[in-house]
Amino acid sequence: MEPAALANIGLSARDIACRRGERLLFRGLSLELASGEACQVSGPNGTGKSSLIRILAGLLRPFAGVVDSSGAMALLDERPALDEHLPLGRALAFWQRLDGGPADLARLGLADLAEVPFGYLSTGQKKRAALARMIGQNAPIWLLDEPLNGLDTAAVALVEAIIAEHCAGGGIALVASHQPIALPGARVIHLPDFTA
Amino acid sequence: MSAALTLLRRDLSLLLPGTRGGASFLPLLFFLAVAMLYPFAVGPDAVLLARTGGGVIWVAALLAAILPLDRLLAPDMRAGLFDQWALRGISEELVVAIRLLAHWLSFGPFLMLAALPASALLGLDEPTLRTVELGLLAGTPGLAAIGIIIASVTVALRGGGAALAGLLVIPLAVPLLIFGAGSLSTGGEGGIALTAAISLLLVAIAPFAGGAAIRAAREG
Repeated sequence: MEPAALANIGLSARDIACRRGERLLFRGLSLELASGEACQVSGPNGTGKSSLIRILAGLLRPFAGVVDSSGAMALLDERPALDEHLPLGRALAFWQRLDGGPADLARLGLADLAEVPFGYLSTGQKKRAALARMIGQNAPIWLLDEPLNGLDTAAVALVEAIIAEHCAGGGIALVASHQPIALPGARVIHLPDFTA
Repeated sequence: MSAALTLLRRDLSLLLPGTRGGASFLPLLFFLAVAMLYPFAVGPDAVLLARTGGGVIWVAALLAAILPLDRLLAPDMRAGLFDQWALRGISEELVVAIRLLAHWLSFGPFLMLAALPASALLGLDEPTLRTVELGLLAGTPGLAAIGIIIASVTVALRGGGAALAGLLVIPLAVPLLIFGAGSLSTGGEGGIALTAAISLLLVAIAPFAGGAAIRAAREG
Protein backbone atom coordinates (compact mmCIF):
# COMPACT_ATOMS: atom_id res chain seq x y z
CA MET A 1 0.00 0.00 0.00
CA GLU A 2 1.23 3.48 -0.85
CA PRO A 3 1.07 5.94 2.03
CA ALA A 4 -0.40 8.49 -0.38
CA ALA A 5 -3.43 6.26 -0.89
CA LEU A 6 -3.95 6.11 2.85
CA ALA A 7 -4.17 9.85 3.46
CA ASN A 8 -7.95 9.81 3.35
CA ILE A 9 -8.61 6.96 5.71
CA GLY A 10 -10.13 7.57 9.08
CA LEU A 11 -12.19 6.05 11.83
CA SER A 12 -14.28 8.14 14.14
CA ALA A 13 -17.01 7.59 16.68
CA ARG A 14 -19.11 10.31 18.28
CA ASP A 15 -20.80 9.93 21.62
CA ILE A 16 -21.46 6.22 21.26
CA ALA A 17 -23.14 4.16 23.94
CA CYS A 18 -23.47 0.41 24.08
CA ARG A 19 -26.21 -1.58 25.73
CA ARG A 20 -26.14 -5.34 26.12
CA GLY A 21 -29.38 -6.70 27.44
CA GLU A 22 -30.43 -4.46 30.32
CA ARG A 23 -26.94 -3.17 31.04
CA LEU A 24 -25.49 0.05 29.67
CA LEU A 25 -21.83 -0.91 29.23
CA PHE A 26 -20.44 2.52 28.36
CA ARG A 27 -21.65 5.86 27.08
CA GLY A 28 -20.38 9.16 25.78
CA LEU A 29 -17.38 7.57 24.09
CA SER A 30 -15.84 9.51 21.23
CA LEU A 31 -12.69 8.79 19.30
CA GLU A 32 -11.07 9.97 16.14
CA LEU A 33 -8.23 8.15 14.42
CA ALA A 34 -6.47 9.35 11.31
CA SER A 35 -3.88 7.72 9.07
CA GLY A 36 -0.92 6.37 11.05
CA GLU A 37 -2.56 6.46 14.47
CA ALA A 38 -2.91 3.64 16.95
CA CYS A 39 -5.24 3.36 19.90
CA GLN A 40 -5.41 0.92 22.77
CA VAL A 41 -8.71 0.15 24.46
CA SER A 42 -8.07 -1.12 27.96
CA GLY A 43 -10.25 -2.26 30.81
CA PRO A 44 -11.11 -5.37 32.77
CA ASN A 45 -13.22 -8.23 31.39
CA GLY A 46 -16.83 -7.36 30.72
CA THR A 47 -16.41 -3.61 30.30
CA GLY A 48 -17.37 -3.75 26.64
CA LYS A 49 -14.06 -3.87 24.76
CA SER A 50 -15.28 -6.49 22.30
CA SER A 51 -18.63 -4.73 21.92
CA LEU A 52 -16.82 -1.47 21.11
CA ILE A 53 -14.79 -3.25 18.44
CA ARG A 54 -17.91 -4.82 16.95
CA ILE A 55 -19.66 -1.43 16.94
CA LEU A 56 -16.70 0.18 15.15
CA ALA A 57 -16.67 -2.70 12.65
CA GLY A 58 -20.33 -2.09 11.89
CA LEU A 59 -21.33 -5.54 13.16
CA LEU A 60 -23.29 -4.22 16.13
CA ARG A 61 -25.56 -1.20 16.23
CA PRO A 62 -24.61 1.30 18.92
CA PHE A 63 -27.33 2.15 21.45
CA ALA A 64 -26.58 5.80 20.72
CA GLY A 65 -24.09 7.78 18.66
CA VAL A 66 -22.59 7.42 15.22
CA VAL A 67 -19.59 5.64 13.78
CA ASP A 68 -17.97 6.97 10.66
CA SER A 69 -15.21 5.22 8.79
CA SER A 70 -13.49 5.58 5.45
CA GLY A 71 -11.29 2.71 4.37
CA ALA A 72 -11.62 -1.05 4.49
CA MET A 73 -11.55 -2.67 7.92
CA ALA A 74 -9.99 -5.93 9.01
CA LEU A 75 -11.08 -7.66 12.19
CA LEU A 76 -9.20 -10.08 14.40
CA ASP A 77 -11.17 -11.52 17.30
CA GLU A 78 -11.31 -14.75 19.25
CA ARG A 79 -12.82 -16.59 16.29
CA PRO A 80 -10.20 -17.29 13.63
CA ALA A 81 -12.71 -17.87 10.78
CA LEU A 82 -10.56 -20.66 9.33
CA ASP A 83 -11.80 -24.14 8.45
CA GLU A 84 -10.77 -26.62 11.15
CA HIS A 85 -10.46 -29.67 8.88
CA LEU A 86 -8.41 -27.98 6.14
CA PRO A 87 -4.62 -27.76 6.14
CA LEU A 88 -3.58 -24.28 7.26
CA GLY A 89 -2.32 -23.35 3.79
CA ARG A 90 -5.63 -24.18 2.14
CA ALA A 91 -7.71 -22.60 4.90
CA LEU A 92 -5.80 -19.35 4.40
CA ALA A 93 -5.94 -19.73 0.62
CA PHE A 94 -9.73 -19.33 0.77
CA TRP A 95 -9.31 -15.83 2.20
CA GLN A 96 -6.42 -15.08 -0.16
CA ARG A 97 -8.72 -15.72 -3.10
CA LEU A 98 -11.27 -13.27 -1.66
CA ASP A 99 -8.70 -10.66 -0.64
CA GLY A 100 -6.24 -11.01 -3.48
CA GLY A 101 -3.07 -10.80 -1.39
CA PRO A 102 -0.77 -13.63 -0.34
CA ALA A 103 -0.37 -14.30 3.37
CA ASP A 104 3.14 -14.08 4.79
CA LEU A 105 3.42 -17.41 6.61
CA ALA A 106 7.18 -17.29 7.21
CA ARG A 107 7.18 -14.08 9.23
CA LEU A 108 4.56 -15.45 11.61
CA GLY A 109 6.45 -18.72 12.01
CA LEU A 110 3.80 -20.73 10.19
CA ALA A 111 5.77 -21.83 7.12
CA ASP A 112 6.26 -25.39 8.43
CA LEU A 113 2.61 -25.73 9.39
CA ALA A 114 1.01 -25.16 5.97
CA GLU A 115 0.15 -28.86 5.62
CA VAL A 116 -1.19 -29.31 9.17
CA PRO A 117 -4.98 -29.24 9.57
CA PHE A 118 -5.95 -25.97 11.26
CA GLY A 119 -7.85 -27.82 13.99
CA TYR A 120 -4.63 -29.53 15.14
CA LEU A 121 -2.78 -26.27 15.80
CA SER A 122 -2.13 -24.94 19.30
CA THR A 123 -3.91 -21.87 20.67
CA GLY A 124 -0.97 -19.60 19.89
CA GLN A 125 -0.50 -21.05 16.41
CA LYS A 126 -4.20 -20.52 15.67
CA LYS A 127 -3.89 -16.91 16.80
CA ARG A 128 -0.91 -16.39 14.51
CA ALA A 129 -2.82 -18.00 11.63
CA ALA A 130 -5.72 -15.60 12.24
CA LEU A 131 -3.20 -12.74 12.20
CA ALA A 132 -1.90 -13.97 8.85
CA ARG A 133 -5.47 -13.96 7.54
CA MET A 134 -5.99 -10.40 8.80
CA ILE A 135 -2.71 -9.08 7.40
CA GLY A 136 -3.44 -10.71 4.05
CA GLN A 137 -6.63 -8.70 3.79
CA ASN A 138 -4.50 -5.59 3.15
CA ALA A 139 -7.04 -3.34 4.85
CA PRO A 140 -5.88 0.08 6.09
CA ILE A 141 -7.90 -0.10 9.33
CA TRP A 142 -7.14 -2.91 11.77
CA LEU A 143 -9.45 -3.78 14.63
CA LEU A 144 -7.79 -6.23 16.99
CA ASP A 145 -9.67 -7.81 19.87
CA GLU A 146 -7.26 -9.37 22.38
CA PRO A 147 -4.56 -10.10 19.76
CA LEU A 148 -2.11 -11.30 22.44
CA ASN A 149 -4.26 -14.09 23.90
CA GLY A 150 -2.37 -17.37 23.84
CA LEU A 151 0.84 -15.91 22.37
CA ASP A 152 4.32 -16.49 23.81
CA THR A 153 6.74 -13.62 24.52
CA ALA A 154 8.45 -13.79 21.14
CA ALA A 155 5.12 -13.74 19.33
CA VAL A 156 3.91 -10.82 21.46
CA ALA A 157 6.95 -8.80 20.38
CA LEU A 158 6.32 -9.79 16.78
CA VAL A 159 2.68 -8.66 16.92
CA GLU A 160 3.73 -5.35 18.48
CA ALA A 161 6.27 -4.87 15.67
CA ILE A 162 3.73 -5.74 12.98
CA ILE A 163 1.21 -3.25 14.40
CA ALA A 164 3.90 -0.55 14.63
CA GLU A 165 4.86 -1.19 11.00
CA HIS A 166 1.25 -1.02 9.91
CA CYS A 167 0.84 2.39 11.55
CA ALA A 168 4.19 3.63 10.24
CA GLY A 169 2.92 2.74 6.77
CA GLY A 170 -0.10 4.98 7.28
CA GLY A 171 -2.56 2.43 8.63
CA ILE A 172 -4.86 2.72 11.62
CA ALA A 173 -4.85 0.15 14.43
CA LEU A 174 -7.28 -0.08 17.30
CA VAL A 175 -6.30 -2.72 19.82
CA ALA A 176 -8.49 -3.94 22.65
CA SER A 177 -6.45 -5.75 25.25
CA HIS A 178 -6.55 -6.31 28.97
CA GLN A 179 -2.84 -7.13 28.88
CA PRO A 180 -0.14 -4.49 28.50
CA ILE A 181 0.85 -4.08 24.87
CA ALA A 182 3.61 -1.80 23.65
CA LEU A 183 2.18 0.56 21.05
CA PRO A 184 4.48 3.59 20.77
CA GLY A 185 2.54 6.81 20.48
CA ALA A 186 -0.79 5.09 20.91
CA ARG A 187 -3.72 6.81 22.48
CA VAL A 188 -5.30 4.90 25.36
CA ILE A 189 -9.02 4.64 25.98
CA HIS A 190 -9.70 3.27 29.43
CA LEU A 191 -13.23 1.94 29.06
CA PRO A 192 -14.23 2.00 32.77
CA ASP A 193 -13.97 5.82 32.51
CA PHE A 194 -17.04 5.73 30.32
CA THR A 195 -19.20 3.42 32.40
CA ALA A 196 -22.68 4.71 32.83
CA MET B 1 -18.31 -12.65 -9.45
CA SER B 2 -15.04 -14.25 -8.50
CA ALA B 3 -16.00 -13.90 -4.84
CA ALA B 4 -19.18 -15.85 -5.60
CA LEU B 5 -17.18 -18.61 -7.30
CA THR B 6 -14.73 -18.77 -4.39
CA LEU B 7 -17.63 -19.10 -1.96
CA LEU B 8 -19.29 -21.78 -4.10
CA ARG B 9 -16.07 -23.78 -4.26
CA ARG B 10 -15.72 -23.74 -0.49
CA ASP B 11 -19.40 -24.56 0.06
CA LEU B 12 -19.24 -27.53 -2.28
CA SER B 13 -16.11 -28.84 -0.58
CA LEU B 14 -17.98 -28.67 2.73
CA LEU B 15 -21.34 -30.03 1.61
CA LEU B 16 -20.79 -32.51 -1.22
CA PRO B 17 -20.89 -36.06 0.13
CA GLY B 18 -17.59 -37.89 0.20
CA THR B 19 -15.30 -34.84 0.18
CA ARG B 20 -12.61 -34.50 2.83
CA GLY B 21 -14.10 -32.92 5.92
CA GLY B 22 -17.31 -32.67 3.97
CA ALA B 23 -20.66 -34.27 4.47
CA SER B 24 -21.22 -37.99 4.56
CA PHE B 25 -23.34 -40.21 2.38
CA LEU B 26 -25.65 -40.69 5.36
CA PRO B 27 -28.68 -38.84 3.88
CA LEU B 28 -28.44 -40.97 0.73
CA LEU B 29 -28.03 -44.21 2.67
CA PHE B 30 -30.97 -43.16 4.80
CA PHE B 31 -33.05 -42.57 1.66
CA LEU B 32 -32.12 -45.96 0.20
CA ALA B 33 -32.65 -47.69 3.53
CA VAL B 34 -36.26 -46.46 3.66
CA ALA B 35 -36.90 -47.73 0.13
CA MET B 36 -35.29 -51.04 1.04
CA LEU B 37 -37.10 -51.53 4.35
CA TYR B 38 -40.56 -50.48 3.20
CA PRO B 39 -41.31 -53.69 1.22
CA PHE B 40 -40.25 -55.74 4.25
CA ALA B 41 -42.62 -53.76 6.45
CA VAL B 42 -45.76 -53.88 4.26
CA GLY B 43 -45.16 -57.26 2.67
CA PRO B 44 -44.46 -58.37 -0.91
CA ASP B 45 -47.73 -57.13 -2.43
CA ALA B 46 -46.54 -55.80 -5.81
CA VAL B 47 -49.73 -53.83 -6.49
CA LEU B 48 -49.68 -52.11 -3.10
CA LEU B 49 -45.95 -51.36 -3.39
CA ALA B 50 -46.31 -49.89 -6.85
CA ARG B 51 -49.24 -47.74 -5.73
CA THR B 52 -47.63 -46.38 -2.53
CA GLY B 53 -43.93 -46.55 -3.50
CA GLY B 54 -43.80 -43.10 -5.09
CA GLY B 55 -45.15 -41.50 -1.92
CA VAL B 56 -42.60 -43.37 0.18
CA ILE B 57 -39.81 -42.02 -2.04
CA TRP B 58 -41.12 -38.51 -1.45
CA VAL B 59 -41.27 -38.91 2.33
CA ALA B 60 -37.77 -40.41 2.37
CA ALA B 61 -36.46 -37.53 0.23
CA LEU B 62 -37.94 -34.96 2.58
CA LEU B 63 -36.44 -36.59 5.65
CA ALA B 64 -33.06 -37.07 3.95
CA ALA B 65 -33.00 -33.34 3.18
CA ILE B 66 -33.36 -32.54 6.90
CA LEU B 67 -30.26 -34.49 7.96
CA PRO B 68 -27.56 -31.97 6.92
CA LEU B 69 -29.36 -28.88 8.29
CA ASP B 70 -27.28 -28.39 11.44
CA ARG B 71 -24.09 -28.12 9.44
CA LEU B 72 -25.43 -25.77 6.76
CA LEU B 73 -24.82 -22.40 8.41
CA ALA B 74 -24.23 -22.73 12.16
CA PRO B 75 -20.53 -23.78 12.00
CA ASP B 76 -19.67 -20.73 9.87
CA MET B 77 -21.57 -18.48 12.24
CA ARG B 78 -19.70 -19.87 15.25
CA ALA B 79 -16.32 -19.58 13.51
CA GLY B 80 -16.92 -15.91 12.69
CA LEU B 81 -16.95 -16.27 8.91
CA PHE B 82 -20.14 -14.25 8.48
CA ASP B 83 -18.52 -11.30 10.29
CA GLN B 84 -15.48 -11.52 8.06
CA TRP B 85 -17.65 -11.60 4.94
CA ALA B 86 -19.62 -8.59 6.19
CA LEU B 87 -16.38 -6.62 6.66
CA ARG B 88 -15.48 -7.39 3.05
CA GLY B 89 -18.83 -6.15 1.81
CA ILE B 90 -20.02 -9.66 0.88
CA SER B 91 -23.71 -9.61 1.74
CA GLU B 92 -25.44 -12.29 3.78
CA GLU B 93 -27.92 -12.63 0.91
CA LEU B 94 -25.15 -13.61 -1.52
CA VAL B 95 -23.65 -16.09 0.94
CA VAL B 96 -27.05 -17.67 1.60
CA ALA B 97 -27.96 -17.84 -2.11
CA ILE B 98 -24.69 -19.62 -2.87
CA ARG B 99 -25.11 -21.91 0.14
CA LEU B 100 -28.60 -22.75 -1.17
CA LEU B 101 -27.17 -23.73 -4.55
CA ALA B 102 -24.42 -25.83 -2.94
CA HIS B 103 -26.92 -27.48 -0.57
CA TRP B 104 -29.19 -28.44 -3.46
CA LEU B 105 -26.26 -29.73 -5.54
CA SER B 106 -25.14 -31.85 -2.60
CA PHE B 107 -28.42 -33.73 -2.22
CA GLY B 108 -30.87 -33.03 -5.10
CA PRO B 109 -29.06 -34.75 -7.97
CA PHE B 110 -27.94 -37.58 -5.67
CA LEU B 111 -31.51 -38.21 -4.53
CA MET B 112 -32.65 -38.30 -8.14
CA LEU B 113 -29.95 -40.89 -8.87
CA ALA B 114 -30.79 -42.90 -5.76
CA ALA B 115 -34.46 -42.85 -6.80
CA LEU B 116 -33.52 -45.25 -9.63
CA PRO B 117 -32.52 -48.19 -7.39
CA ALA B 118 -35.24 -47.17 -4.93
CA SER B 119 -37.92 -47.45 -7.61
CA ALA B 120 -36.60 -50.87 -8.55
CA LEU B 121 -36.82 -51.96 -4.91
CA LEU B 122 -40.42 -50.72 -4.74
CA GLY B 123 -41.38 -52.14 -8.13
CA LEU B 124 -42.44 -48.83 -9.70
CA ASP B 125 -43.27 -48.88 -13.40
CA GLU B 126 -41.62 -46.59 -15.89
CA PRO B 127 -44.24 -43.80 -16.12
CA THR B 128 -44.36 -43.62 -12.30
CA LEU B 129 -40.59 -43.42 -12.12
CA ARG B 130 -40.66 -40.60 -14.66
CA THR B 131 -43.21 -38.70 -12.59
CA VAL B 132 -41.17 -39.27 -9.44
CA GLU B 133 -37.96 -38.02 -11.08
CA LEU B 134 -39.62 -34.94 -12.58
CA GLY B 135 -41.35 -34.27 -9.28
CA LEU B 136 -38.04 -34.51 -7.38
CA LEU B 137 -36.41 -32.20 -9.92
CA ALA B 138 -39.18 -29.69 -9.32
CA GLY B 139 -39.43 -30.18 -5.57
CA THR B 140 -35.90 -30.62 -4.23
CA PRO B 141 -34.90 -26.95 -4.82
CA GLY B 142 -37.86 -26.00 -2.65
CA LEU B 143 -36.80 -28.49 0.03
CA ALA B 144 -33.28 -27.01 -0.10
CA ALA B 145 -34.72 -23.49 0.25
CA ILE B 146 -36.83 -24.46 3.26
CA GLY B 147 -33.76 -26.10 4.77
CA ILE B 148 -31.65 -22.95 4.29
CA ILE B 149 -34.37 -20.69 5.76
CA ILE B 150 -34.76 -22.90 8.83
CA ALA B 151 -30.99 -23.30 9.24
CA SER B 152 -30.58 -19.52 9.24
CA VAL B 153 -33.43 -18.98 11.71
CA THR B 154 -31.90 -21.53 14.11
CA VAL B 155 -28.30 -20.43 13.40
CA ALA B 156 -27.65 -18.96 16.84
CA LEU B 157 -29.06 -21.91 18.80
CA ARG B 158 -26.53 -24.19 20.39
CA GLY B 159 -27.26 -27.85 20.93
CA GLY B 160 -30.95 -28.69 20.28
CA GLY B 161 -30.92 -26.56 17.09
CA ALA B 162 -30.91 -29.56 14.80
CA ALA B 163 -33.94 -31.18 16.39
CA LEU B 164 -35.86 -27.91 16.34
CA ALA B 165 -34.88 -27.35 12.71
CA GLY B 166 -36.28 -30.76 11.79
CA LEU B 167 -39.57 -29.98 13.50
CA LEU B 168 -39.83 -26.60 11.78
CA VAL B 169 -39.10 -27.97 8.30
CA ILE B 170 -41.84 -30.60 8.29
CA PRO B 171 -44.92 -28.31 8.28
CA LEU B 172 -43.33 -26.00 5.70
CA ALA B 173 -42.59 -28.93 3.43
CA VAL B 174 -46.18 -30.22 3.47
CA PRO B 175 -47.31 -28.22 0.37
CA LEU B 176 -44.36 -29.55 -1.63
CA LEU B 177 -45.19 -33.06 -0.50
CA ILE B 178 -48.90 -32.72 -1.32
CA PHE B 179 -48.32 -31.52 -4.86
CA GLY B 180 -45.14 -33.50 -5.53
CA ALA B 181 -46.42 -36.84 -4.29
CA GLY B 182 -49.94 -35.90 -5.46
CA SER B 183 -48.68 -35.71 -9.04
CA LEU B 184 -48.28 -39.49 -8.86
CA SER B 185 -51.96 -40.22 -8.38
CA THR B 186 -53.25 -37.56 -10.78
CA GLY B 187 -50.85 -38.65 -13.48
CA GLY B 188 -48.52 -35.79 -13.55
CA GLU B 189 -48.09 -32.47 -15.08
CA GLY B 190 -50.38 -30.20 -13.08
CA GLY B 191 -48.96 -31.38 -9.80
CA ILE B 192 -45.37 -31.10 -10.98
CA ALA B 193 -46.01 -27.57 -12.26
CA LEU B 194 -47.45 -26.56 -8.89
CA THR B 195 -44.50 -28.16 -7.11
CA ALA B 196 -42.13 -26.20 -9.33
CA ALA B 197 -44.07 -22.99 -8.63
CA ILE B 198 -43.80 -23.46 -4.86
CA SER B 199 -40.11 -24.31 -5.24
CA LEU B 200 -39.44 -21.17 -7.26
CA LEU B 201 -41.19 -19.01 -4.69
CA LEU B 202 -39.21 -20.57 -1.84
CA VAL B 203 -35.92 -20.27 -3.71
CA ALA B 204 -36.67 -16.60 -4.39
CA ILE B 205 -37.48 -15.86 -0.75
CA ALA B 206 -34.70 -17.91 0.87
CA PRO B 207 -31.68 -15.58 0.38
CA PHE B 208 -33.54 -12.58 1.79
CA ALA B 209 -35.16 -14.41 4.69
CA GLY B 210 -31.85 -16.13 5.46
CA GLY B 211 -29.83 -12.93 5.24
CA ALA B 212 -32.20 -11.10 7.58
CA ALA B 213 -32.15 -13.98 10.07
CA ILE B 214 -28.34 -14.07 10.12
CA ARG B 215 -28.08 -10.31 10.69
CA ALA B 216 -30.60 -10.57 13.51
CA ALA B 217 -28.60 -13.41 15.09
CA ARG B 218 -25.43 -11.30 14.94
CA GLU B 219 -27.04 -8.44 16.87
CA GLY B 220 -28.25 -10.83 19.55
